[in-house]
Amino acid sequence: MTIPRSILKNSNHFWTAGLLGICFLLQGCGISDAPILFPKGPVALAERNLLFTAFAVMMIVALPAIVLTLYFVWRYRRDGGKGAYTPDWDSSWKIESVVWLVPAAIIVVLGTLVWQSTHRLDPYKELVSDQPVFRVQAVALDWKWLFLYPELGVASVNELAFPADRPLSIEITSDTVMNSLMIPALGGQIYAMAGMRSELNLLADEPGVFMGRNTMYSGDGFADQHFKAHALSGDGFSSWKDKVAEETAKLDAETYLQLHKQSTANPVTYYSAYETDLFNLILRKYSPIVGPYESKAAELICRGAA
Amino acid sequence: MLGRLTIEAIPLYSWVAMGGAAVTVCGGLAVFLLITYLRAWKVLWTDWLTSVDHKKIGIMYVVLALVMLVRGFVDALMMRAQQAIALNSEGYLPPEHFEQIFSSHGTIMIFFVAMPFLTGLINIIVPQQIGARDVAFPFLNSVSLWLTAAGAGLVLVSLVVGKFSTAGWTGYPPYSGVEFSPGVGVDYWLWALIVSGVGSTASGINFIVTIVKNRCPGMTYMRMPLFTWTALCISVLIAFAFPALTVVAAQLTLDRTLGFHFFTNGDGGNMMLFANLIWIWGHPEVYILILPAFGIFSEVVATFSRKRLFGYKSLVYATACIAILSFTVWLHHFFTMGSSANVNAVFGIATMIIAVPTGVKIFDWMFTMYRGRIEFHPSMVYTIGFMVTFVIGGVTGVLLALPPADYLMHNSTFLVAHFHNMLIPGALFGYFAGLNYWFPKAFGFKLDAKWGIRSFWFWFIGFYLAFMPLYVLGFMGMSRRMEHYADPNWQPYLIVAALGALCILCGIICIAVQLYVSAKNWGSARDVTGDPWNGRTLDWATSSPPAPYNFAVLPEVRDVDAFHDMKIHGTAYRPPAHYEDIVMPRKSGLGPIIGAVAFVLGFAFVWYIWWLVALSLVLILICIGIRACDDDTDFVMPAAEVARIEAAHLAQITPVDMHDMRDFEPRGAASGTPLAGRA
Repeated sequence: MTIPRSILKNSNHFWTAGLLGICFLLQGCGISDAPILFPKGPVALAERNLLFTAFAVMMIVALPAIVLTLYFVWRYRRDGGKGAYTPDWDSSWKIESVVWLVPAAIIVVLGTLVWQSTHRLDPYKELVSDQPVFRVQAVALDWKWLFLYPELGVASVNELAFPADRPLSIEITSDTVMNSLMIPALGGQIYAMAGMRSELNLLADEPGVFMGRNTMYSGDGFADQHFKAHALSGDGFSSWKDKVAEETAKLDAETYLQLHKQSTANPVTYYSAYETDLFNLILRKYSPIVGPYESKAAELICRGAA
Repeated sequence: MLGRLTIEAIPLYSWVAMGGAAVTVCGGLAVFLLITYLRAWKVLWTDWLTSVDHKKIGIMYVVLALVMLVRGFVDALMMRAQQAIALNSEGYLPPEHFEQIFSSHGTIMIFFVAMPFLTGLINIIVPQQIGARDVAFPFLNSVSLWLTAAGAGLVLVSLVVGKFSTAGWTGYPPYSGVEFSPGVGVDYWLWALIVSGVGSTASGINFIVTIVKNRCPGMTYMRMPLFTWTALCISVLIAFAFPALTVVAAQLTLDRTLGFHFFTNGDGGNMMLFANLIWIWGHPEVYILILPAFGIFSEVVATFSRKRLFGYKSLVYATACIAILSFTVWLHHFFTMGSSANVNAVFGIATMIIAVPTGVKIFDWMFTMYRGRIEFHPSMVYTIGFMVTFVIGGVTGVLLALPPADYLMHNSTFLVAHFHNMLIPGALFGYFAGLNYWFPKAFGFKLDAKWGIRSFWFWFIGFYLAFMPLYVLGFMGMSRRMEHYADPNWQPYLIVAALGALCILCGIICIAVQLYVSAKNWGSARDVTGDPWNGRTLDWATSSPPAPYNFAVLPEVRDVDAFHDMKIHGTAYRPPAHYEDIVMPRKSGLGPIIGAVAFVLGFAFVWYIWWLVALSLVLILICIGIRACDDDTDFVMPAAEVARIEAAHLAQITPVDMHDMRDFEPRGAASGTPLAGRA
């Protein structure tokens, strides 16, 4: 996805400046941390700006509707109102044309915006960057997130780390009920469904730590099913890599079966290695024809039990 | 013998659950004792429960809705209280209990408050607005009512015996499947939906036939009052949408009960199919709830602006547009399921198109007020509150219709705020307006206006306090349905939202006080003429409460504002030359019996008591058989009796009671200007 930075830049400053002004007035309301209003990545920013642009365009109709309603109520009240009274007046081509055509025109504008932005911000679309894409595989479990790093051969639970300067491409599935993966500061969400692979492409502006979570209610542990997403600088990422690589725990099929059991508020866990092709095995678990199994591990994971 | 029903189904495990069960049981017991004390069982049975009179059925629907509104609101209050205190703590509700509460809140408010409320109002009013003596199928109407009540009964019983669903009001699988929700909760939810859904479908068909076939002479389609138009449109929606719900509920039941794989993880199941099917019902459902309210607003705004409705044709076409478009947008409930950009964009644009006819309606109501003489009757105040607030909900709705913006806001409290912003001002305020507006028609005396206005302000302010913070919380990244949370910035907003819920509680209390005060002082607020507000449509031509047959002689309609036209021309309140015998439907106990057996059927299915399932199925078939073989379902009310009732009504009316129509000159008889028909 190419976001024409030059075009967006002006409106970015416009909206952000306005927001900062409002937040100055609302200090102490905690709004300055609101990830949707102050995004930390270009995807979330583009989505937010779309939100604001559409909001502004709609005010063309919404404000007159509210203001005129109140004005008419005041002016034409029976007791004390100053307005004229025409009990039989019930149609006007001029007014009808305006109330049909102006909203219709606005919808044409917004519709165009929808068409363009939906294609531009398709979550499946890889982000264009001079840096190579960093791929992660995410698996929704009850009630935690498992992240696999094919490039590093390591895995982590309830913590996502990636180099801040590289676009992040997450392949998502679920080994339980429907979930939805979202890192609000970086951009929108996509569902995680068993036996299906969905995708989310995100990018952080700079190193930082962001809240991420499952937004799709999934049961008792749902409230605690969140994780921290670390966008790390070059050094930070190498030390994270080393830290995980030193971990003795490995996510083999047996360990995965243990991890798959329901648990709430899991601590962050690292695995220095994971079962070969784990993500695809989890996908295959739900396909119509599962076997024959090429390995013991494949059988364990696909049958969900020893 | 009792399937999986054991003593463990009684909620002795938690004081909150026990409390809920105790309140339900005590409430039921109190009603039972009160009726016994008043020796009212016989009257209740013969005059009400077995009645097939559309007005009485309508009143019973509204009573059911108000009772369930209290139950659903208690759920809301408990949720707001939990979230207000559950920062880094469990609050006072364990997750499993919190989940049951949000699931039952949504289920109750949609299926057992909004649906019966609008069905009740349509029942009471539409036949009168079109100059009919009853609905097309009076007995079916009774069956519909009792099936709806049976569904509501299943939800209430789940509080005492067993548990309710924890899967949310839309019950998405695979979570609602037997693998992840093995208990009886989801089954209660499913059977409540199936039983009441059949009733709703039958109601929809009944209203379609009534409106198409039973209109009085001169009542062309383009002279039907707006409320009747909206009733017709939503009845068509019901007839097409509810079967989808029944099918999807039946499929999930098959998955759960017989091990099918429609929606399971793996084995060929696909949960995306469920999402599509439930929203193919669910999105039209939104308009099923809102359009009748739009109809009420249209009636109220014309009456209390003392003006003809502006843009009648526009409003009719806008209603029809909304009804048709409502079937083309269901996918916007799951933009984040991974559809291609083309699919998401098409559904996003379709969604926005609905905003056009909806906006037109707002402007048409506005221009009805323009150059009117606005009176601030409670129903009008609700209408004004709706117009201002609904616009905000419309704006946030269009925002959510932008797929990329929806990726940010989906599943957040912003979404929760949005749909409450549609349904509280859009639907509930309309029903309350209808309650205040048509209460005298149903009972013969007016509701106390002072308490009506108070209830409005509490609801209005309470709504803003409760839901504006949720919009902000959505921006702050709060997901819906969280039992607790860790971000201290969220708590102040959730406390404000809880205060809003308390404010709404005051609004509900005001409505209760309003009903009590009005009933106490009913003698001083009697509606003698049947037309307390100087109304415009035919529903005000009948007496209040109307005679069983509504119209002794079917009226002849010449204008949209049929009764207004009659008053202007001095043809109102004139006895006809002679009366005729009127054929009336006979009351039947089979309606409540079928409802009761359907309740038992649902209960038996929930608990796997198979012999009882078989027995109740057979009983229902027997009931249907008895009814089918009964050729004596009508009786004749003799002309003399009709003449007596009409004479008694007309004798009460003195010239003082009649409205001064001189304001409406020069169109009136005085000027001799002929009235343009608007066929």
